[in-house]
Amino acid sequence: MTVGILDYDAGNLTSVENALRHLGHHWVLSGNPEDLKNTDSLIFPGDGHAATSMDNLKARGLDRLLADFAAQGRPILGICVGSQIVLDSSEEGEATCLGLVPGLCRRLPGGQGLKVPHMGWNSVHFETEHPLMAGVPQDSSFYFVHSYYTEPAASVTVLGTTDHGIRFVVGFLKDTLATWQFHPEKSGPAGLKLVENFLRWRP
Amino acid sequence: MLQKRVIVCLDVKEGRTTKGVKFQNNIDLGDPVEMAEAYYHQGVDELVFYDITASAEKRGIMIDVVRRVAQRIFIPFCVGGGLATAEDIKAVILAGAEKVSLNSQAVKNPDLIRQGAKMYGSQSIVLGMDALADPTMPSGYRVVINGGRTPTELDALAWARQAHKLGAGEIVLNSIDADGTKAGYELPLTKLISEALPIPVVASGGAGTPEHLRAVLQEGSADAALVASMVHYGTYTLKQIKDYLAGRGVSVRR
Repeated sequence: MTVGILDYDAGNLTSVENALRHLGHHWVLSGNPEDLKNTDSLIFPGDGHAATSMDNLKARGLDRLLADFAAQGRPILGICVGSQIVLDSSEEGEATCLGLVPGLCRRLPGGQGLKVPHMGWNSVHFETEHPLMAGVPQDSSFYFVHSYYTEPAASVTVLGTTDHGIRFVVGFLKDTLATWQFHPEKSGPAGLKLVENFLRWRP
Repeated sequence: MLQKRVIVCLDVKEGRTTKGVKFQNNIDLGDPVEMAEAYYHQGVDELVFYDITASAEKRGIMIDVVRRVAQRIFIPFCVGGGLATAEDIKAVILAGAEKVSLNSQAVKNPDLIRQGAKMYGSQSIVLGMDALADPTMPSGYRVVINGGRTPTELDALAWARQAHKLGAGEIVLNSIDADGTKAGYELPLTKLISEALPIPVVASGGAGTPEHLRAVLQEGSADAALVASMVHYGTYTLKQIKDYLAGRGVSVRR
C-alpha cells in the first residue's frame, strides 16, 4: 500500500515524511498528478494562505486529482489548511475552495487575551467513535497552528472539537475524506497513532 | 483551552549539548539527539536548540543534528544561533525544524525576519531577544546581542513590536539579568512584552523550580516557559514540573 503526499508549495513536508518513515510506510511525494494517481490514498497537507493554496493546487491539476480520489472512494487525509480548503469556501482571501465537503472556513474571533493564531497544544474531544481514532485517549492534546477554523455543514460527521474562545470543529469525515485541523505528524505519540490509523483505514 | 507549553532548551556546541552560566564556563551534557528523544518521551511540548558553535566552518554539524532530531521526535522544535541569511533559514527548515529563532542577526538585518516569514510563514519565524534591565530605556529594558555581551540602542518593547510587524510569529524573551541564576524568571519584563504583543511569548532565563514556571505563566502572562539546567541536571523531571503546574490551575499537556 502506498500513500501519496501532495506537494504544492504548501510549506515544509519533511515532518510528514519523517512520520511515515517512522511508521514504516511507503509514500510518494509529488506535485504531479501523474505520479500520484495510482496511489491507494492521499495525504493533503497545507500551511499558509487558503486562496494561494487553491491557486497552487489548480496550477498543478491537483484539484482534479483530489476530486477523483473522493469520487472513487479512495481515502484522503486533509491536514491543517488541507482540512480547510476541501470545504466550499474560506473567509481567508475570500477563496472559493474545492467543494468536496459542504461547509466553510471562518476566522477565529480571538479577543479576551486569546491570541490568534491559535498556536500550541490543545485538547481535542472526540465526538464519535471511529477506527481513525482507535487507541487514542479521549481529550488527548494535539499541536495546532492556524487562524481560521472549519464549519462543515450539519450533514458532515464531526470527529473532534476543541476550544479557543469558541468551540469549533477540528476534524470531520465525509465518505472517505477525513481531516484534522491540527498537525498529527507533530503531535507526539497520539498524533502518530492518528496517522497510523489513517494508513490502516479500509473504508 | 490552549495549554501553556514547557519547552526544553539545549545549547549545542559542535554537535554536543553544553550549558554555561551567563554564556560562559560551558560543561558537556551529552548528545543532543539522544537528549531530545529522552525529553520527547518524557512529554516535553517543544524543544529549542541554540547552536553556539563559534567557528563558521563547523556550523554544518548542526544541520546534521537537526536532521537526526527530526527523524526521531514528532513535536515542533526550533533552531537558533548564527542564522544570518535566507539560505541559513532554508537549510534548517528543510532539515526538519518547525521554527527558526533569529536574534543578533535580526538586529543587524531586520529584513531577515520579513524574508523568513515570506518563505515559511510567521509561525516558523521566532524572534529571540536578550534583554537587560536599563532604566534609561523607554520600556525599562535594553536589547543586547552576541549572547548578552553587546548592548544595542534598541528598546526591548519597541523592538518586539517591530519584529512582530516584520512577520515574527513568536518571541523567545531571555532576561540576561536572570539567565543562569535559577532565582526565577523576570516577571515584569515578561508581562510587559506578552501583554503588549498579539503573538505568543516564551519566557526564558532564571528557571530553578516549578514554582518559577507557575509564576511566569500566570503572573507573567507568558504563553510558554523555557527550562534548561533544572531538567538537564535531573533536579526535576518534566512530569514533576507539569504535575506541579496542573495542581495549581495551569493548563498543561499531560
